[in-house]
Amino acid sequence: MTLPNAENLIESLKNKINTIIDSNTVLIGVQRGGELILQKILPDLRQHLATGSIDTSFYRDDFSSRGLKIKNKPSKIDTEIDGKNIILIDDIFSTGRTVRAAMNEIFDYGRPSKIILAVLIDRNEQELPITPQIYIEKISLPKNQHLELAFDQNKKFIFQLKENNV
Amino acid sequence: MFNPQLNDKGNLNHLLSIEGLSKEKIIQILDTAESFLKIGERDVKKVPILRGKTVCNVFFENSTRTRTTFEIAAKRLSADVINLNVATSSQSKGETILDTINNLIAMNADIFVVRHSSSGAAHFIASHVKPNIHIINAGDGNHSHPTQGLLDAFTIRKYKTNFNNLKVAIVGDILHSRVARSNIHALNILGVPEIRVIAPKTLLPYEVEKLGVHVFHDIDKGLKDVDVIMMLRVQNERMDGVMLPSQEEYFKTYGLNESRLNLAKKEAIVMHPGPMNRGVEIDSAVADSEQSVILPQVTFGIAVRMSVMAILAGQYS
Repeated sequence: MTLPNAENLIESLKNKINTIIDSNTVLIGVQRGGELILQKILPDLRQHLATGSIDTSFYRDDFSSRGLKIKNKPSKIDTEIDGKNIILIDDIFSTGRTVRAAMNEIFDYGRPSKIILAVLIDRNEQELPITPQIYIEKISLPKNQHLELAFDQNKKFIFQLKENNV
Repeated sequence: MFNPQLNDKGNLNHLLSIEGLSKEKIIQILDTAESFLKIGERDVKKVPILRGKTVCNVFFENSTRTRTTFEIAAKRLSADVINLNVATSSQSKGETILDTINNLIAMNADIFVVRHSSSGAAHFIASHVKPNIHIINAGDGNHSHPTQGLLDAFTIRKYKTNFNNLKVAIVGDILHSRVARSNIHALNILGVPEIRVIAPKTLLPYEVEKLGVHVFHDIDKGLKDVDVIMMLRVQNERMDGVMLPSQEEYFKTYGLNESRLNLAKKEAIVMHPGPMNRGVEIDSAVADSEQSVILPQVTFGIAVRMSVMAILAGQYS
């Protein structure tokens, strides 16, 4: 299959996010993909916003079967989030479990007034009553494959199709 | 070689000693601790990772600091914690260690943090429990205190970034110190090129050089140009008799004062596992100086213990 053009999807996501932000918005990237997207779009947003990043390792629901696998930097939300409108950014939305973990962690930092989920791709694999308010494309993939955001030799974003190694 | 700390997949199932840990495993524990350190800085200092698990602190020998930091670490991971001061309870009624532990397993405890005055106690318990039970050695006799070794390594990495170029001096009662042994093993595994031990002959183990250390009896020579000074507590109970003359005499010959600190590198750090005896092994001015990292060690100790418990509980990692 031809993989979607990651740069184009990120550009579209940026445009959509640009229409809904205001001074009360906080952007939070889910590591690793969401954080990369956040850093990429941040300079081109129409206003300066507070940001944070989340590594959901300590909040995952599969700890007892999968253990702890920390590859990312620690979560970092240095800004006040009480009463804020959070836009949670991730690259791929599949089951909703990562988003659940991220939301649980966010609530340990404070009580936002609203959380919106914005992703590049929705894989149609929802397992929880959680769904992205903003997505650019819907793609169905075999369960044993996943898409990963990476860089090509020109430092442009690309998608790589990988087999799950479990 | 059989390694009682690892399960059949090669993952860490117990933490009994630093010996037998690979460099990669130690680095994984330190890296994970880095993430847990951030949790301690938040308003809500808790993550749900050990929710529903029960951690038993079983201390056959008294300790306040170690037990408290294990307790805080377990609670920040959302575990339920039970503290048993066995020194004052069932053992005095004649119960064996294994019976004490088996009773706690019958209460469905998952992780045991064990301190005992006999070397090998944690190994002994680990070899008698089912694989879903995890044992952490919180100090056994003169043998090992692995979480202290790990938190000291974490502290050194925090201030010195890496281990490849360091001269580290360990000063004091090496003979009776499980902290010193764990640190010597950890620093050797992590690739510290020069580890010095500084002590009178009476406080050094026989053939200590075989652990991979340089021996100094003169503290002024031993501290020259070191990057890290680890002071050990003088155990007051050893002061009378053959081992040591008096507190004053010890401070004069082996105490870390400001002029001795100046022999080390300018940016050298001073560490101490606590509780410290001011005016015996360390001068107050040094303990409170900018170079002292004794209190950060305590903070880092919680993150490192969280890391160890989380890695043991998630054996698949």
